[in-house]
Amino acid sequence: MKFDLQMDFGSGFSLSPKDSLEEEALYDVLVAGSGPAGLNAALYARRKGLRVAILAKKKGGQLLDTSVVENYLGIQGLSGEQLAGQFLEHVRSLEVPLVEDAEITSVVPGNSFHLVTTATGKTFRTRTLVVATGSKPRTLDIPGEAAYAGKGVAYCAICDAPLFRDKDVFVAGGGNSAVEAALDLAKVARSVTLVHRSRFRADQILVDRLLAHPKVDVHLQTRILEILGERAMTGLLVQDLGTGEPRVLAGDGIFIEIGHIPLAGPFAEHVDTNVHGEILVNAKNETSIPGIFAAGDVTQVPYKQIVIAAGEGAKAALAASEYIQLLPPDQGTLGETDSQAPQFNLSL
Amino acid sequence: MNKMFTPELEEQLRQVFEGLVDDVTIALFTDGEACYSCPETVGYMREVAALSDKIHLKEYDLQRDAATAAGFKVDLAPSIVLLDAKGDYQGVKFNGIPAGHEINSFIPALLEVSGQASEVPEDLAARVDAIDKPVNIKVFVTLSCPHCPGAVQKAHKLALMNPHVEAEMVEAQTFQELSSKFNVSGVPKIVINDTYELVGNQPIQAFLDEMERI
Ligand SMILES: Cc1cc2nc3c(=O)[nH]c(=O)nc-3n(C[C@H](O)[C@H](O)[C@H](O)COP(=O)(O)OP(=O)(O)OC[C@H]3O[C@@H](n4cnc5c(N)ncnc54)[C@H](O)[C@@H]3O)c2cc1C
Repeated sequence: MKFDLQMDFGSGFSLSPKDSLEEEALYDVLVAGSGPAGLNAALYARRKGLRVAILAKKKGGQLLDTSVVENYLGIQGLSGEQLAGQFLEHVRSLEVPLVEDAEITSVVPGNSFHLVTTATGKTFRTRTLVVATGSKPRTLDIPGEAAYAGKGVAYCAICDAPLFRDKDVFVAGGGNSAVEAALDLAKVARSVTLVHRSRFRADQILVDRLLAHPKVDVHLQTRILEILGERAMTGLLVQDLGTGEPRVLAGDGIFIEIGHIPLAGPFAEHVDTNVHGEILVNAKNETSIPGIFAAGDVTQVPYKQIVIAAGEGAKAALAASEYIQLLPPDQGTLGETDSQAPQFNLSL
Repeated sequence: MNKMFTPELEEQLRQVFEGLVDDVTIALFTDGEACYSCPETVGYMREVAALSDKIHLKEYDLQRDAATAAGFKVDLAPSIVLLDAKGDYQGVKFNGIPAGHEINSFIPALLEVSGQASEVPEDLAARVDAIDKPVNIKVFVTLSCPHCPGAVQKAHKLALMNPHVEAEMVEAQTFQELSSKFNVSGVPKIVINDTYELVGNQPIQAFLDEMERI
């Protein structure tokens, strides 16, 4: 067991007074979400001299659930949490207010500004919105999954892997997160069996590592029909898609890593989405409503990755800045309401 | 043994501890040699106590100081209870080393027990005040779980707000027997009066919904 302290100065206690937003103010850019997409949007918008703030349910987004990131350019390997810490520090250095535990529950789009209300009942006004609310784990939606959630069925490998020491566990899925979870689990579990209904989608470098691991077994072309158990989970009912044969595999737990579903929340009531519930954006991250932009996992942009979400966030902020510049003069010019904004004369 | 804190962390914590209102005592219970993570916990608590004049550390032995332990309903080791300036137990307990991510529930607990009160919306406060039966909240955690300190903080907050409520973090790996008794295979797992269960970092409302069923 590792005791290394993972101090998080932003939550619960902090060195500086808690960030807050002003209900009277008119923001240039409000960012919903503080994952890679939202943080990079805030960074870019701030450097344009805009009045920007971030409202987020949880600081850092999915990065906090990631054990190690090895595919962000320039970062050879860093825990998801450390990477989130570096992103946050960068944004904080520009004094962008970030309010945590601020779930946006309703949005009223308008012509000159939009209204955003949080679960705590606070309403804020902003010229533009960047929706970067990301995604949450997809569930298998099979019998037994809900019944044994927390009793064998798990969705957070870094949280729950230590509880499966010397146990037999499954991982459902064939993408990078599934393979990473399997490799993480193999450090503590007695055996790890990866079950996936088609072929690997994960990077070859990870698949090679997985297949070389002595504790890991892989069943591809296998569908999970049911999660079995009594008081807790005891195994899986699976079907071999080649032979059609059903069979029971015994095990103590299953980590479900089969991708994510978008968290478009209250925004989905207003902006266009696709059949998967992803917010539709164009190449400039504009949604179907002028002044509302979206970026990252919550959009239809393929390949849900940190580097991609971050890039999309930057684009959304630049597009928002362009949009604000083109607003008629009576709707205010750049940073007009912002007395504290440092004047950055930076070219990006 | 290696130090838990780097010089930078120490400096940051010194600043955080300037927010301590009154004195607070860490009562630490260990149990001889065979106690997993006890030596680390002792070292860690000594380091914490050295960072502020307002933080006092009392080291107890579960066997030798059995009466004191019983007074705080401590039966595991390592176990930490926090006492306010009057030396009173307010129901804030940690079973197992509050290291890893749990530093993020331990530091706020010190601040709150010292009197630095965080706000709870009025309607919720009224519901908390209305609890009039003994409530024990166990929050099972792992040290690698980023969502767990949030659940522990809420449980401790409830304990501080209402004298009928006692809230304890339980580090699931250290106390495997207890974890398997409550079938813990996902954290945070919240168990109320050893009967009602919640999984995940739930809002205070969800805690109250269960507590009101008692
Ligand atoms: C276990 C795991 C491992 C991964 N490993 C890698 C990897 O190694 N490399 C890689 O490139 N990618 C990896 N990914 C994918 C990567 O984490 C995501 O693509 C990326 O985090 C998406 O960023 P985002 O900003 O769009 O959304 P998210 O990171 O999901 O952030 C969304 C933010 O929005 C907030 N939010 C949601 N709803 C609301 C609301 N209504 N109001 C306010 N705030 C809200 C959330 O609290 C959060 O702050 C991994 C993902 C997981 C789960």
